Amino acid sequence: MSANKEVLFGLYDDEVVMMDAVKKAKEDHLDIMDVYTPFPVHGLDPILGLSESRLHIAGFVFGALGTLTAFLFMTWVFTRDWPVIFGGKPYWSVPAFIPITFELTVLFASIGMVVTFYTICGLGPGVTSPCLDERITDDKFCVAFNTDGYSESQIDNLKRFFSNTGASEVHTKVI
Amino acid sequence: MSAVVSRIREPLIEGNKSYHDITEDLISPTEKTPSLAWVIGLILSLSFLTFGVFCIAWTIWFGIGAWDLNRTIGWGWDITNFVWWIGIGHAGTLISAILLLFRQKWRTGVNRAAEAMTIFAVLCAALFPGIHVGRAWVVFYFFPYPNTRGPLWVNFNSPLLWDLFAISTYFTVSLLFWYTGLVPDFATVRDRASGVRKKIYNFLSFGWTGSAKHWQRWESLSLVLAGLATPLVLSVHTIVSFDFATSVIPGWHTTIFPPYFVAGAIFSGFAMVLTLMIITRKILNLQEYITITHIESMNKVILLTGTIVGVAYLTELFIAWYSGYVYEQFAFYNRVFGPYYWSYIGMMSCNVLAPQIFWSKKLRRSIFWTFFMSIFINIGMWFERFVIIATTLARDYLPSSWSWYDPTWVEIGIYLGTMGIFFTLYLVFTRVAPVVAVAEVKSILKSSGDQYIGPNAHAHHHDHAPVAAKMDFAAASMVDDTAAKMAAAAPVLAAAASEVSAPVASVQDDLKKVEGIGPKIEQLLKAAGVNTFAQLADAKVPFLKSVLEEAGKRFQMHDPTTWPDQARMAAEGKWEELKKWQDELDGGKL
Repeated sequence: MSANKEVLFGLYDDEVVMMDAVKKAKEDHLDIMDVYTPFPVHGLDPILGLSESRLHIAGFVFGALGTLTAFLFMTWVFTRDWPVIFGGKPYWSVPAFIPITFELTVLFASIGMVVTFYTICGLGPGVTSPCLDERITDDKFCVAFNTDGYSESQIDNLKRFFSNTGASEVHTKVI
Repeated sequence: MSAVVSRIREPLIEGNKSYHDITEDLISPTEKTPSLAWVIGLILSLSFLTFGVFCIAWTIWFGIGAWDLNRTIGWGWDITNFVWWIGIGHAGTLISAILLLFRQKWRTGVNRAAEAMTIFAVLCAALFPGIHVGRAWVVFYFFPYPNTRGPLWVNFNSPLLWDLFAISTYFTVSLLFWYTGLVPDFATVRDRASGVRKKIYNFLSFGWTGSAKHWQRWESLSLVLAGLATPLVLSVHTIVSFDFATSVIPGWHTTIFPPYFVAGAIFSGFAMVLTLMIITRKILNLQEYITITHIESMNKVILLTGTIVGVAYLTELFIAWYSGYVYEQFAFYNRVFGPYYWSYIGMMSCNVLAPQIFWSKKLRRSIFWTFFMSIFINIGMWFERFVIIATTLARDYLPSSWSWYDPTWVEIGIYLGTMGIFFTLYLVFTRVAPVVAVAEVKSILKSSGDQYIGPNAHAHHHDHAPVAAKMDFAAASMVDDTAAKMAAAAPVLAAAASEVSAPVASVQDDLKKVEGIGPKIEQLLKAAGVNTFAQLADAKVPFLKSVLEEAGKRFQMHDPTTWPDQARMAAEGKWEELKKWQDELDGGKL
């Protein structure tokens, strides 16, 4: 893991107040490390300047891979490897391949996306993330700053920012 | 402002909850010592399960001759139970996927348990194909794998193989969807726990932090999985119906089977969700999260799908007669008047006639009737599969090979065993994971909590606006509250509405930014409770029209059609797009 970071964070009781604070921080050009919330807060992403997730592209790619795998495999089996006539139909009976092709498209896309999701988020079985505050998964909305190398006055400035924007608590933690 | 307050909807979370209350209420059942009812339930389920395992072992040891199937009736209780369980496994993904795409907020109260139910039901279903082939130890022959027989592959043209792919995909995708939804909630459990418990939940929660970027991806993932699961859930029972429809057996060989099976599956799935949820909400005290409104919504789905199933039954009968095909005609005559007539009566009365009671709002909102009806439908849908399978096979083309079939104790035992598996897993689930999706319920609190909408919306303001409170109550309990009806109450409600939104939003947006809205109309809208872009974006056009019409002749000429869309852009901060669009608009009109 990377070296320890010193984090200054404020906890807000309400997502609306927190979002106003984030807006203010962006106006003041404060460098927010991350925002942690107990549930997905809609409208936060554009304020925070997060670009849209590209996860669905992974879904498409894996889905296409599933389509090709299923269709080409069945084609290979019934035209090259071991052609068998079923019910007088042609070897390469495309309509009959559709259900399995569809199922594998969905299967590949889903598994691929889920694996991609956990990988890019750095989450997975056995991962232990540093916890800023245990109430973040309950009812607190946390705005965090990485204050490594910040001067006294910069930190005071951040603290002032928290008190001006209605944070209910401000803490420092090394993670 | 993310909170959108709609006065037309009824609250989905009752009891004036805060975020912390939600955590407390939904997580605490996993932290307490199990109740006596739970322990008794588990012991009962485990005994059924044990007996089921014994019967399965019996079947494998002696062969499926133990089932009294014969050469005429080759599918009996085994496939009946298989289709029945698969059908039950349809509600979960329907609730979590299709209702997510339709943005139905009531899904958050029931989706977690319904998805769990789906997974357990599919497990029970998957058992039957595994054992009914007789030699369970070579069940891997189902799968295409390089083998020493050529390699000779499975028949990819066969609906039975499609079924294998459909069900394994369905199971996997449902499991992934369910678990990804659980991860943030496991993190909540983790952060309240200590010791070994914390370690276990730390493992289960995958190190979830609640970072904004993670949430964004999580929502994107949920949405795409929902989009994928929607055609998937429709495909699964379609393919199950192909098992029958692509055969040449009269009574099976019909093109109506796919939609008929899918509707039936949703129907029976919702019935099982209701059976379980009514018990769960009572035992775990979740009445404030799984409200009568949730139950009513599900009853509406039951009424719709039950009626679709009814239409399908009648269509089948009509087409059999109309086809002029004597074998088809006989198959249906035999279903209705043959030796298994009682199962046809059971099917018709439980599935088609009985659910019609839900046209009455009073019965739709009655716990007793809903529970009673859900059991009824579970029975009826079992009969449907029995009618299709056993009744049809019993009287086929040649009268000389007609036969009769009764289940043996082994088959009944296996069926009870799957009940045992299902309820054991469900009971364990209620102890290990929050039965209601905690994070998702929190995310709808401000739009669906009863302190924000509905009759108790302004509990703190009762002294100031008793009349308004009453009017709002009247509005909330309207039978089919359309926006048009709301219009009648609009002027008085205006006062109530500003009260409603008071605790949510002190923030007010400048609605004049929306082309077509001037200072006067802005005042009107704000008086009607529309204070922010987000609220305007969520408002229905007929409602806006009614506000304008109420205000007098001067305002009636205004056309609010584009306002919600404009407001949506404003709410999302897409000012440039909005500007561009407004240049195209003529005074806010298309």
